[in-house]
Amino acid sequence: MTTPGDSAAETWPLWEVFVRSNRGLSHVHVGSLHAPDETLAVRNARDLYTRRSEGVSVWVVPAVAITTSDPDAKGAFFESPAGKNYRHASYYSKSEGVKHL
Amino acid sequence: MPTCAEISDVHYLSVGRTPGFPTTTAVNADQEPMMTSTITPDTSAAVDISDEEQQFNDLIEADSRIEPRDWMPEGYRKSLVRQISQHAHSEIIGMQPEANWITRAPSLKRKAILMAKVQDEAGHGLYLYSAAQTLGATRDDMTNALIAGKARYSSIFNYPTPTWADMGSIGWLVDGAAICNQVPLCRASYGPYGRAMVRICKEESFHQRQGFEILLELMAGTEEQREMAQDSVNRWYWPALQMFGPPDDDSPNSAQSMAWKIKRHSNDELRQRFVNMLVPQAAVLGVTLPDPDLHFNEETQQWDLGEIDWTEFHEVLAGRGPNNAQRLQRRRDAHEDGQWVREAAAAYARKQSALTTTLETAAS
Repeated sequence: MTTPGDSAAETWPLWEVFVRSNRGLSHVHVGSLHAPDETLAVRNARDLYTRRSEGVSVWVVPAVAITTSDPDAKGAFFESPAGKNYRHASYYSKSEGVKHL
Repeated sequence: MPTCAEISDVHYLSVGRTPGFPTTTAVNADQEPMMTSTITPDTSAAVDISDEEQQFNDLIEADSRIEPRDWMPEGYRKSLVRQISQHAHSEIIGMQPEANWITRAPSLKRKAILMAKVQDEAGHGLYLYSAAQTLGATRDDMTNALIAGKARYSSIFNYPTPTWADMGSIGWLVDGAAICNQVPLCRASYGPYGRAMVRICKEESFHQRQGFEILLELMAGTEEQREMAQDSVNRWYWPALQMFGPPDDDSPNSAQSMAWKIKRHSNDELRQRFVNMLVPQAAVLGVTLPDPDLHFNEETQQWDLGEIDWTEFHEVLAGRGPNNAQRLQRRRDAHEDGQWVREAAAAYARKQSALTTTLETAAS
């Protein structure tokens, strides 16, 4: 399963673009674009997604290279954390009022 | 007046909400038997909806977002592909009326601004094409439909730009109307469309302000410059109002689009909102809006406008506007002239990747 929007019928392949907006932050997905190869994909990404200094670093990934979770299993696949609220700090209420906990 | 702050709020709101929406699957499972037992046979079609359709309805109901891999009704998908691709085509065709003035801009500063703006329009078109692609449409198909004259785009871009003041009117009136239309689309129920609109709206506010400034400067100029500005506003005012689409009672797709929460407000509602913002802005500029019937309604506290010429709108939409043929021809030429470049770049990329594969195989 690749990302939505990819099609072998296009002249140029689809790339997904990730931008790091500032040092200290992670790259975030901003959108996609078409380009013949990785060099031009990076240049197009710069022109398309960072015209107003929105980024200090860009990643491009061929859309075909991305594997996604199975959409049909959407509920079940993410069900495991349900009912496991003991994984959150807020589950432990007896320490309420005790400082620095 | 939509401000950047308002747009950003919308953005954070939708981003914050998406991961947290409650899973409704369990609730549906509980409700189903109860529903079947209380419904009479003739309405059985209403209950006979699949789990996935129920989930879609629940997401819309909860004002959450539909994402590309979710199940969606065929009509919803088609409606979105139509709207988003038309929107993308409008951005791309919309580059032409302004490109007309890049070589003739009155100063280097104005030229640089105009180039940045036209580049933005190209960017907006690309964001939107990408959004449409997540629904299964291909870029090549959409482009081919446009250059074959089978796809629609906003009728406004079929009007000519004979004077420099038109750069002002396009920014103030056309981009102003577009913003009014687009700010609510940032909350469209389809995730990728809403996200593209957030990005676009942020950039459009520069477009509107620079247009306003061009007109303001002309209005502070010579008698001839003031006349040029007024003449331009006279020509663009009505077509800008038509950008919101036909009146509500003549807009067949609107109701369904609003039920699906793609659209949030009706055409007339948005048009009214736009005119209410325009009147005080026109006063600041010192231009007259070319509608003798325009007056303030004390009762509704709104500006009532005169009759809009819908025959003209339909004529332009049907391809009989002043510049339809030229706009399409230019787009077609540009696409066909670029054909060899696209193919050469693709061939080069294939060759390079074959070379890399060969080298890797040799090395191992």
